[in-house]
Amino acid sequence: MRLERLRARAAILRALRGHLDAADYLEVETPLAVPCPGLDVHLAALEVRGLGAPRWLATSPEYQMKRLLVEGLPRIYQIGKCFRRGELGRHHEPEFTMLELYRAHAGAEEVMADTEALVAHAARAVLGGTVLPSGVDVAPPWERITVEDAFRAHAGVDVHDILPDEARFFELLIDRVEPALEARRAPVFLVRWPASMASLARLCPDDARWADRFEAYVGGLELCNGFGELTDPVEQRARFERDLAKRREAGLDVYPLDERFLEALARGMPPSGGNAIGVDRLVMAITGAAHIEEVLAFPQAHL
Amino acid sequence: MYDTSDIRKNLKIVLDGAPYAVVDHQFVKPGKGQAFTRTKLKNMITGAVLEKTFKSGEKLEKAEMEERQMQYLYPEGDAWVFMDTGSYEQINLGGDLLGDTPDYLQDGMMVDVLFWGEKPIGVTPPTFVELEVVETEPGYKGDTTSNVGKPATLSTGKVISVPLFVNQGDLLKIDTRTGEYVERVKR
Repeated sequence: MRLERLRARAAILRALRGHLDAADYLEVETPLAVPCPGLDVHLAALEVRGLGAPRWLATSPEYQMKRLLVEGLPRIYQIGKCFRRGELGRHHEPEFTMLELYRAHAGAEEVMADTEALVAHAARAVLGGTVLPSGVDVAPPWERITVEDAFRAHAGVDVHDILPDEARFFELLIDRVEPALEARRAPVFLVRWPASMASLARLCPDDARWADRFEAYVGGLELCNGFGELTDPVEQRARFERDLAKRREAGLDVYPLDERFLEALARGMPPSGGNAIGVDRLVMAITGAAHIEEVLAFPQAHL
Repeated sequence: MYDTSDIRKNLKIVLDGAPYAVVDHQFVKPGKGQAFTRTKLKNMITGAVLEKTFKSGEKLEKAEMEERQMQYLYPEGDAWVFMDTGSYEQINLGGDLLGDTPDYLQDGMMVDVLFWGEKPIGVTPPTFVELEVVETEPGYKGDTTSNVGKPATLSTGKVISVPLFVNQGDLLKIDTRTGEYVERVKR
């Protein structure tokens, strides 16, 4: 079974590359050891020594990939490892594989369409069809539901009434909303997240209370996190400063701010959409694995 | 104090004034959001199981547990009297707390009594005990291989299934974890 899953994993990686190459996405590789890991309060990076300068393993390749967008590559993707300290569980490994893609002159909607097509293609490559072992059919198009509507329908609350209590928000998300999404026979994009959770997403042009951010849930499994990207260097710096202040206040590690990334934004990043897809989770969904360890050659626990 | 990163199977914590053991736990982290640990906890006094979600980094009170070896002395009313062989201190323990231990109790037997602070909350008998058969159908000589069983009443009153060759007056080794017959013991 384990070797069977590793074969399926290889077929999925091949299918992902084949589909993206055919869609004119260029595969790139950016360094794993970076000077500025993600500043998000809920991320912790692993430090690397011996490179002559402070380095951490990338929690995500986003800063470097966006710099490539600025330099003039309009469609890029990367399949590589990301590292997040302290994340270990049924759906988490501290070292995991991420497919990150960016598309210039496009928005969240175009990237969601690319994502649906990509996942369906990977499923067909292994299963010969789009129905996963869980019974979920990943054939496009997938439904889009706003966070506001999902919380009203499944948690019986108005998101505005519970924010800014983010802990309460996430508690309801995992205890009420995710189980309801799990019960669906079809994947769904949860779109328009609270502006305070925008991360590197732009705010929705029609309503600044919401961030142009989306996540796909396939049979309750959170498969990706994507953005209509923030391109404003002033706003981006303000968010970084805010995250750093929160990290200091919470007594968390404080990382340097990525000035080269901010310089790139100042030079002008085209309007873009991007998405980060958890490859291990995609393999789980397609092979019907219940635990992330089942789709890894060697999870940390077995090293 | 523990925090959520200490959570593992069998960790003992205090919640709402009662001791709990972790039966199951799962790391949950939605998006780039806050991490949680979802747990299944067993109340160590009532046995009731509940589900509880902790935020990452949340502090958990440690349940101070100590296991003391004590000697069983005699029954008293609805309770059983045990003695600490070091201090000679005696305590009476009631039926709920003993679970099925009375099925195996013999005079002078050493048991493990679990204390939560000063409060006794559980008794574990030795894994294997030897008990005499006081009543069973006569045995069949030579039939030492059959898987078929018959009921036998032990000296404590417990009834178990035994092989056909077992006779009244035999001494049997019993596994107290399962309550099952292990073997016949030569006297």
